[in-house]
Amino acid sequence: MEILYLLIPLSVVLVFFILGGLWWAIDRGQFEDIEAEGARILRDS
Amino acid sequence: MAFSNQQATVYNDTVVRQFAIMTVVWGVVGMLVGVIIASQLAWPELNFGIPWLSYGRLRPLHTNAVIFAFGGCGLFAASYYVVQRTCQVRLFGDKLASFTFWGWQLVILAAAISLPLGYTQGKEYAELEWPIDILITLVWVSYAIVFFGTVGTRKVKHIYVANWFFGAFILAVAILHLVNSAAIPVGFMKSYSAYAGVQDAMVQWWYGHNAVGFFLTAGFLGMMYYFIPKQAGRPVYSYRLSIVHFWALIFTYMWAGPHHLHYTALPDWTQSVGMVFSLILLAPSWGGMINGIMTLSGAWHKLRDDPILRFLIVSLSFYGMSTFEGPMMAIKTVNALSHYTDWTVGHVHSGALGWVGLVTMGSMYYLIPKLFGQKQMYSVKAIEVHFWTATIGIVIYIAAMWIAGVMQGLMWRAINADGTLTYTFVESVKATFPFYVLRLLGGLLYLTGMVIMLWNTLKTATAGRAVSVNIPVAVAHA
Repeated sequence: MEILYLLIPLSVVLVFFILGGLWWAIDRGQFEDIEAEGARILRDS
Repeated sequence: MAFSNQQATVYNDTVVRQFAIMTVVWGVVGMLVGVIIASQLAWPELNFGIPWLSYGRLRPLHTNAVIFAFGGCGLFAASYYVVQRTCQVRLFGDKLASFTFWGWQLVILAAAISLPLGYTQGKEYAELEWPIDILITLVWVSYAIVFFGTVGTRKVKHIYVANWFFGAFILAVAILHLVNSAAIPVGFMKSYSAYAGVQDAMVQWWYGHNAVGFFLTAGFLGMMYYFIPKQAGRPVYSYRLSIVHFWALIFTYMWAGPHHLHYTALPDWTQSVGMVFSLILLAPSWGGMINGIMTLSGAWHKLRDDPILRFLIVSLSFYGMSTFEGPMMAIKTVNALSHYTDWTVGHVHSGALGWVGLVTMGSMYYLIPKLFGQKQMYSVKAIEVHFWTATIGIVIYIAAMWIAGVMQGLMWRAINADGTLTYTFVESVKATFPFYVLRLLGGLLYLTGMVIMLWNTLKTATAGRAVSVNIPVAVAHA
């Protein structure tokens, strides 16, 4: 199962990448006032 | 720094229109090929002895046409529309966006020619040979630049949840395609996989199941999170839950693939890992499904007279059904019965016809009149008829495959007192015949609905005209 030497490190890199995305989103205040954001799309055309 | 797309006053709906129309066209083509091969399974003579029409060549044509042509065009159309509306900015890179349209159509055309001619890499859902794979890569990188360029130049601070789903879909499909399609070319249309034996199988199903997860799930969830609230005129039930849904789904998805290789040469522990991750997926999937359906909480009456909303909500109930059925089938003891039977085919189609198909059709019915400056589709009655033919078609299809699959599984494992098999394989084929005919009937109904949609779309497009929509100027810069 040498393929796991590719797929498992790839998953680990991806998890860190996803964590980075989550951290970025929290840090940039993407989740402040979160319920109001759900309603905003109703006003676009 | 100001980008040219930020100064534009109108949205780029040209590319959305092109993709939306082709979604419907490829839907008819892909489903027609599906009906043809369903007939061949019931009456094998229907390949007329012509190699180009043989089941083995038309089957990948069907899967590629419905997933990548119909589903793919639908995802391009929806993501390009949604990202512009929610970011309140024109699409980044007009020429690049146009290239993604023409490039993707070229990929589809190349598939439609090369698959019947017998050119294949032999990898399910990744059959296309290496020159086409390179073109896919170019189109996909352009797609990523257009999409993330638009998000990066947005005029609204918050990135709406649908865009997170579309973004994850684009990135994940890029990685999956690059890893799984790695091959050594030995001629213009011939290559060998970079992996061998069980390693190749593991990569293939790592790709295969994640394609289900990111192409057929994450992408279409992006559609769901925009078009259901818009059509219902209400915000999603819990926006907070939609965020949790997104992160939970992408953190846990990647390792469900080995369940496609239960009881094969794949090490037992890898199979068990696949089974456990498949079971975990039930939680985020149902969280999202409930969130979408509960958007109608307190406004259920809208389902009574809005056929578009019905498409969208029923698609979610099929999503719920198939994301429950999938983890159950991934349990090894259940899989011992279901593997290699038509139950799997039924499961896939409950997801494909029920979830992916209906959510795409509902979204296009929302989108198409807007793209042609119409208040609604040419015939609302026809949407209603489409809804019922499609839904009845799906129910017949999956019920037939459930019965056929469980019956096949039971016949194959039946053993006499002396240890010999009770049934020969051909006896199980014979017993399946009536269910193959029923499945054909279900597929025919589904195709009929799609033809009605094509007619309705052409009528709507010719009654209206291509319109430009202004980008609102007074957006709050936060």
